[in-house]
Amino acid sequence: MNLIAKVPPDTQDDLSFYEESVSSRMLLGTALYPSPQVMADAVKASGCQIVTVSLRRESARGKIGARFLELINSLDVHVLPNTAGCRTAKEAVTTAQMARELFGSAWIKLEVIANDDTLQPDLFGLVEAAETLNEDGFKVFPYTTEDLGAAERLVAAGCRVLMPWGAPIGTGRGLANPYALKTMRNYFPDIPLVVDAGIGAPSHAAQAMEMGYDAVLLNTAVARAADPVQMATAFAMAIESGRMARRSGLMESRDMAAPSTPVAGTPFFDLGAPPKT
Amino acid sequence: MPSTGTSSSAPEQIQINVNGEECKTHARTLEALLTSLDFSKIRVATAVNGEFVAAAARASLLLSPGDSVEIVSARQGG
Repeated sequence: MNLIAKVPPDTQDDLSFYEESVSSRMLLGTALYPSPQVMADAVKASGCQIVTVSLRRESARGKIGARFLELINSLDVHVLPNTAGCRTAKEAVTTAQMARELFGSAWIKLEVIANDDTLQPDLFGLVEAAETLNEDGFKVFPYTTEDLGAAERLVAAGCRVLMPWGAPIGTGRGLANPYALKTMRNYFPDIPLVVDAGIGAPSHAAQAMEMGYDAVLLNTAVARAADPVQMATAFAMAIESGRMARRSGLMESRDMAAPSTPVAGTPFFDLGAPPKT
Repeated sequence: MPSTGTSSSAPEQIQINVNGEECKTHARTLEALLTSLDFSKIRVATAVNGEFVAAAARASLLLSPGDSVEIVSARQGG
């Protein structure tokens, strides 16, 4: 496949999720930072335009949520609420409905978790919740696996973005199954695909982008870095680099060596191979 | 066990569950419950027995003994 022919003629390379255009291909989580200020600084340093947030039971007379909401609103980014921790389609649907009212956005990062140890998506619950939410006018960003059957169901349910995992949430293991992720990219050439979860290093993010993924969603690798703000910048550069490489047309790999320096005119070439000593 | 609602003319207390904790309240509507818990001026979202209750529907949502109420707000997330 000639990738070069796919490069758009202009330098414009915006990405759209549900008709919302963004120029940054990094989606950043807001949890686990040393402080709210470090989180805000990391978001700014990354240049990301979409951050993920969640809902939790309110206590202390509601001050915690109000302060967090104020900080998030000051960042001037799109907010993508999640349904993290939900174990059934019903829990996820109710959480999404609460999120829509609280954040004033129909965007929802849909998570239905099957297992506490792997935090892997429950694909059956995910599809069920996606069907309900799409019918209710939500714009669903499903956290899924590379399973193409589930992905087709999600698309049929109305999802116009898919977010397969790289590796289990919080593991930082990178792209555990590159073959399956490549297959998914090829299978859905026209649907925005985001690698979500498992990204531990900028090189993982670059790999996803080189593979043709449209964006990368991460949290822990930035938030738990010794210097989260600098790490946010490092990821932003890697994502941009990977995207640029994808658009530039990566070379095909091969098994045998091929000299890059011209062979013609090599001195001593006609003397044959030197004797083995 | 926290007790909410202070009016002496209020109806008898009922026992419900709020955010995972048992709670006795005089409140008969979700809106009254939020007021009694000092949430009336705070931006929260609510659900009762697993069903979303929109802000506009809180005043007409009648509480029954044993109801489970969720009161949530914004938090950090990944």
